[in-house]
Amino acid sequence: MLEAQHITYHINRKILLDDVSLAVRPGELVAVVGANGAGKSTLLKTFSRELTPTQGLVLLDKKPIRGFSALELARRRAVLAQQNPLAFEFSVYELVMMGRYPHFEGHPRPEDQAIVAYALERTGIARLSGRAVPTLSGGEQQRVHLAKILAQLMDADELNQSGAPIRQPKYLLLDEPTTGLDFYYQHSLLEVASELTRRGYGVIAILHDLNLVMQYADKVLLLKEGKALAFGKPASVLTADSIFKAFHLSVQIIHQPELDGPLIVHTRQTSPVPFPSPI
Amino acid sequence: MQTDLSPLATTQPLPQASRPGLSRSKGWWLNGLLAVLLVVVMIWSVGIGAVSIPIPDVLAILLKQLGWEVGVVEPQQETVLTVIRLPRILLGVLVGAVLGISGAAIQGLFRNPLADPGLIGISSGASVMAVLMIVLQLRVFSDLSSLSGLYALSLAAFAGAVGTTLLVYTLARKNGRTVVSTMLLVGVAINVFCEALRGLMMYLADDAQLRAISYWSLGSLGGASWEVLQVTTPFLLVPVLLMPRLSKPMNAFALGESQAGHLGVDVSKLKRNVVILATLGVGVAVAVSGVIGFIGLVIPHLIRLVSGANHRTVLPGSALLGAIVLTLSDLVARTLVAPAELPIGIITGMIGAPTFLFMLVRGAGRKPYTEN
Repeated sequence: MLEAQHITYHINRKILLDDVSLAVRPGELVAVVGANGAGKSTLLKTFSRELTPTQGLVLLDKKPIRGFSALELARRRAVLAQQNPLAFEFSVYELVMMGRYPHFEGHPRPEDQAIVAYALERTGIARLSGRAVPTLSGGEQQRVHLAKILAQLMDADELNQSGAPIRQPKYLLLDEPTTGLDFYYQHSLLEVASELTRRGYGVIAILHDLNLVMQYADKVLLLKEGKALAFGKPASVLTADSIFKAFHLSVQIIHQPELDGPLIVHTRQTSPVPFPSPI
Repeated sequence: MQTDLSPLATTQPLPQASRPGLSRSKGWWLNGLLAVLLVVVMIWSVGIGAVSIPIPDVLAILLKQLGWEVGVVEPQQETVLTVIRLPRILLGVLVGAVLGISGAAIQGLFRNPLADPGLIGISSGASVMAVLMIVLQLRVFSDLSSLSGLYALSLAAFAGAVGTTLLVYTLARKNGRTVVSTMLLVGVAINVFCEALRGLMMYLADDAQLRAISYWSLGSLGGASWEVLQVTTPFLLVPVLLMPRLSKPMNAFALGESQAGHLGVDVSKLKRNVVILATLGVGVAVAVSGVIGFIGLVIPHLIRLVSGANHRTVLPGSALLGAIVLTLSDLVARTLVAPAELPIGIITGMIGAPTFLFMLVRGAGRKPYTEN
């Protein structure tokens, strides 16, 4: 289990996170939602150890995350960042191979090459493998980075016996993973994430599309101004009431028997101000 | 309903990696080719000069040194080759290799393909110390042609390089982290200061000192000898041999510090290692041969244009091409106005600056530094 206990994070007396707790168990896809500036990315960065919380602890398997070496951590969790700067023109193949760096010394082994080839196929970018990453579109680049983190956590057993449960729980931290992706690949990405949870991965994803949360997340944390507003199953957390509290936006929740879950639709009549001033 | 969302049915046999070795084999080819080229260039250029030695005679003399008597060797040619030319060629190879590989490493550190070892004050610090010593006329420097004077000057230059780099590095550290953009800006400021100090020393200098300063700040391999090689080779070889071991973390570093960290790279350790190795290499190179510009900037660029960005190829490739280009530049420097000699920095600058401009226009350096 990967969990954050009572996380508070200050920067220059500004409170970005105020006593937030969140845990993800193997097999779960946990979504984090909230308005811009609600503290979602900050929370994810404490999970990835990029930020040290002012108060509170992040634990992996009940052990403080501080105690892990960078390499141990890299084999247990992978991070899909919101920004992906790239200083030099690496090819798609080389960049995805970087996901395997925590696993080999010197030259990539055959299994590293096989895993990279699988990750390229799985994200639909195999035909781009020789291209320079900066020449790709935003959505294609996002898929390259997704392939990189898939390759980072996978091991040879998973490749050889597809669907078999993994030995040691592993975690994906996704910061707005659907950014730049078209309709098809938004769903494809979350399908990949769900498939991984079935194999025993835990996933935390910051998402903006509440309908994707309804459809794919097992649990959802709703943040507002650094505080946890609600946590639980999407259908019980994402109510018209809580969404109005978090986003100042009136919505209707539509239940259709032929859909997987409820549908959230913004209703313009009851919300005349599209950009409410922040309180 | 959702099965069509998987781009690949997982029951299909595993795809073969479509081009697993693409960049790797290309890199091997390139570096193999460069290594062969370097040997050819060395043998060819060692025979050229005031006393011309045909290649078969060069080979015969070299084999004789190794203990194989092949044909008759002319004593005069043998002396010129073993006493004058060979140490100079070897020094050129080492200095070129260290400048090329350090340039590539520092560009990786700054995540900016236009960065140069000079940027963080290595060359500046080294040359300002040397100029200070020349003008202030400390006793050991009174006779610069003597071996002790040369060593002392080199030592001062090396100390200047280390000192300046540490200063830049320390000033750019904030809360235990090095902010790379600050490091660049501090480097710029220190460079300006060193330049002013050097200007002041040139203002104070007499004619003979001015000559020495200009000769030294434009660079030359004229000081090469077996003794110089003996002292400097270890310091020049260490960065060339150790830096390629950093290629994996340096590749990951191109994704930014936080993402490199996510991939298990100890980022502070990587930065420290690159700075130490580059300071050692370039500091000693500047100390022994003066300021030779543009090798560290242009060479890694050329390698990247051919092989792509993978440091596994770029680092050794930059060492090899740096060695080739400096050997050839020195050949031009010592033959163009023979029996006099041009400072080698003039040659590399004249070739390097237009190449650099050409690269800018072509857009090879279009990506500015981004910090996240």
